[in-house]
Amino acid sequence: MGHEWDFAFLLEQRQFILRGLMGTLYLSLTCIGAGVALGLVFATARLSSFAPLRLIGTCYVEFFRNIPALVQIFWCYFALPILTGMQPSVFIAAATAISLYAGAYLTEILRSGIQSIEMGQWEAARAMGFGYFGQMRYVVLPQALRNVVPPLTNQIMEIVKTTTVASTIAYGEILYSAKLLSDQEFRPIETYTAVGLFFIVALTLLSFASNLLERRLRCYG
Amino acid sequence: MDEVLRVENLHKHFGALHVLRGIDLAVRKSETIVIIGASGSGKSTLLRCLNFLEMPNEGRITMEGKLVGRETRKPGVMSYSTRELNALRARVGMVFQQFNLFPHMTVEGNVMIGPMKLRGMSEAAARKLAEENLQRVGILEKAKEYPARLSGGQQQRVAIARALAMEPSMMLFDEATSALDPELVGEVLLSMRRLSDEGMTMLVVTHELGFAYNVADRVIFIENGQVHEEGTPQEVLLNPKQERTREFLRSHTLFRLPEAAS
Amino acid sequence: MEYHWDFGAVFRHSELLIEGAKSTFRLAGMAMLIAIPLGLASALLRLTRLPVLSWVAVLYTDLFRTSPSIVLIYWFFFAFPLIVGIDFSTFTAVSLALGLQTGAYMSEVFRGGIHSIKPGQWQAAKALGMGVVPALRYVILPQAIRRMIPVFFTRLTELFKTTSLAAAISYAEIVQMASRTASETFRPIETFTVVALFFFVVIFTASQAVRFAERRFAVPE
Repeated sequence: MGHEWDFAFLLEQRQFILRGLMGTLYLSLTCIGAGVALGLVFATARLSSFAPLRLIGTCYVEFFRNIPALVQIFWCYFALPILTGMQPSVFIAAATAISLYAGAYLTEILRSGIQSIEMGQWEAARAMGFGYFGQMRYVVLPQALRNVVPPLTNQIMEIVKTTTVASTIAYGEILYSAKLLSDQEFRPIETYTAVGLFFIVALTLLSFASNLLERRLRCYG
Repeated sequence: MDEVLRVENLHKHFGALHVLRGIDLAVRKSETIVIIGASGSGKSTLLRCLNFLEMPNEGRITMEGKLVGRETRKPGVMSYSTRELNALRARVGMVFQQFNLFPHMTVEGNVMIGPMKLRGMSEAAARKLAEENLQRVGILEKAKEYPARLSGGQQQRVAIARALAMEPSMMLFDEATSALDPELVGEVLLSMRRLSDEGMTMLVVTHELGFAYNVADRVIFIENGQVHEEGTPQEVLLNPKQERTREFLRSHTLFRLPEAAS
Repeated sequence: MEYHWDFGAVFRHSELLIEGAKSTFRLAGMAMLIAIPLGLASALLRLTRLPVLSWVAVLYTDLFRTSPSIVLIYWFFFAFPLIVGIDFSTFTAVSLALGLQTGAYMSEVFRGGIHSIKPGQWQAAKALGMGVVPALRYVILPQAIRRMIPVFFTRLTELFKTTSLAAAISYAEIVQMASRTASETFRPIETFTVVALFFFVVIFTASQAVRFAERRFAVPE
């Protein structure tokens, strides 16, 4: 093991690294938002009393869950443009693919959360005069989301990890920046170890935060 | 016209089960009507049809002089619009056996949410309204607590306040005390009695025959999805004309007739 | 849609894709071979609760579950060889990376399965005179294994999908081959659609088989 470890150069390159981090953050937040929105839509579809809607929901989940994120990203970036005639930016391609992918998982999580709310809650809201959206917004969803904090946080962490796959189409998130840096400085060990450490630390912190949140929510009943 | 509710020939099926077989009912303003009957007789279903938590299959419901829904080509079968039903439900309050308070809101929040989001009240106005109604059921001191910390009786009284805050023209009570421990039943019945005395139009499904005798203006005995007997509490509870009514009352051995009729 | 679909072109160049598919299975298989014993060992270490050994197991599982798969692949291909002074083939690097990561997930699956057995079962076994090993063999593991099957299988499908990331270091699994085929046939749409369908069909079929097996061997509780 004759290799000398030297992390100092990372500090010099911090501007560059920071841009990569921003890339990861930006993509993560976009996909989390879009993924949850998709999850809500398709969870409602899967719970609908209208059979065709249920079928659409199930198809969405099965299809987008069983295809790797990388394949979806490639499809959005290389294949879709030919059909639509427009070449999306790497960000849009990656965001679309990852949102659709994560949305499939989130659909199932939100569905189980909503299903766990007893009928009486729906009825009480309905009896007061709330329509479907009112019932969901003020009574059902606030409780459903509280009930699924653990799997929801897990999925959010998965989304953050999946953004690294966007590096394959040269989207400037942290792994892509690391790769460029490593090739430039001939220091793969430090760069990739640093990226690994970043995710380990960031996700462990996120996991702690989620545990705290869960404990606080339990007090409200 | 001071008739708040008129029900004509109400039918309700659950699949092959014909639960309501032609109910006729008229409720005048400030009347308190108690509905009694065996389990499965259809009394809860009747109540739930009145605020359309269950959709009637056939029959006309007229609320405050206005027919609800529109006639279809089939005689007696109505079609209803969601908007109309939501508006109706805001004018009819319901209290459930399982209370169904919203656990993620405080007591106050539970009472305020309807007025704020459905009647467009400001938060300050809604809070004042909530305080008034919580005071009315005697539970104002718990306003900032979460429902989980309250006893069953207290929760049910909050549920009553929540329904009252919508300022309904009629209140429906679906076995409001059946899920309560016996020692907590009294406080809820007391609140209900006070409401009745204040002049609220109430339809109460209950097993509490003492309440029926002392508070009801009219008692209706439902058997097999139909109105089997109807009249004042004295008529139905003390001198029932129908055999099945007598049978039903006999099985409620806790109900003791007042010794000296005054 | 103006586009003229032509799957024939893809099937004419199918040898590359078939080779890729075989490599995908090979990679997944090798990773599983590493993951299962590793996961078992780690789970058992954590169960013993011995001071240093169980902490090592915890560190292992937390580390490898919070790191994104593609970061691990890069690390094992670019960084690790420099540290130990050996050259790794792409196959070895990915097998190690995914094997270790899946092992960490498997560790949690096994631990969860064993924990899910009520203490009453252990007590009953003990009361009959069984030691730890017979208890595990005849009472605990048979029940635990049935419980673990769904999650185990989910992990397996995740691994299968994750092998696609080996394309990032040009290992010739199916996605990499798809890129090559796409450039040869000039038909990225059909090529990537075929790859997407490959994953979907394999995983969906396998999941239906597992669901069927679960129902047949279900223990009424």
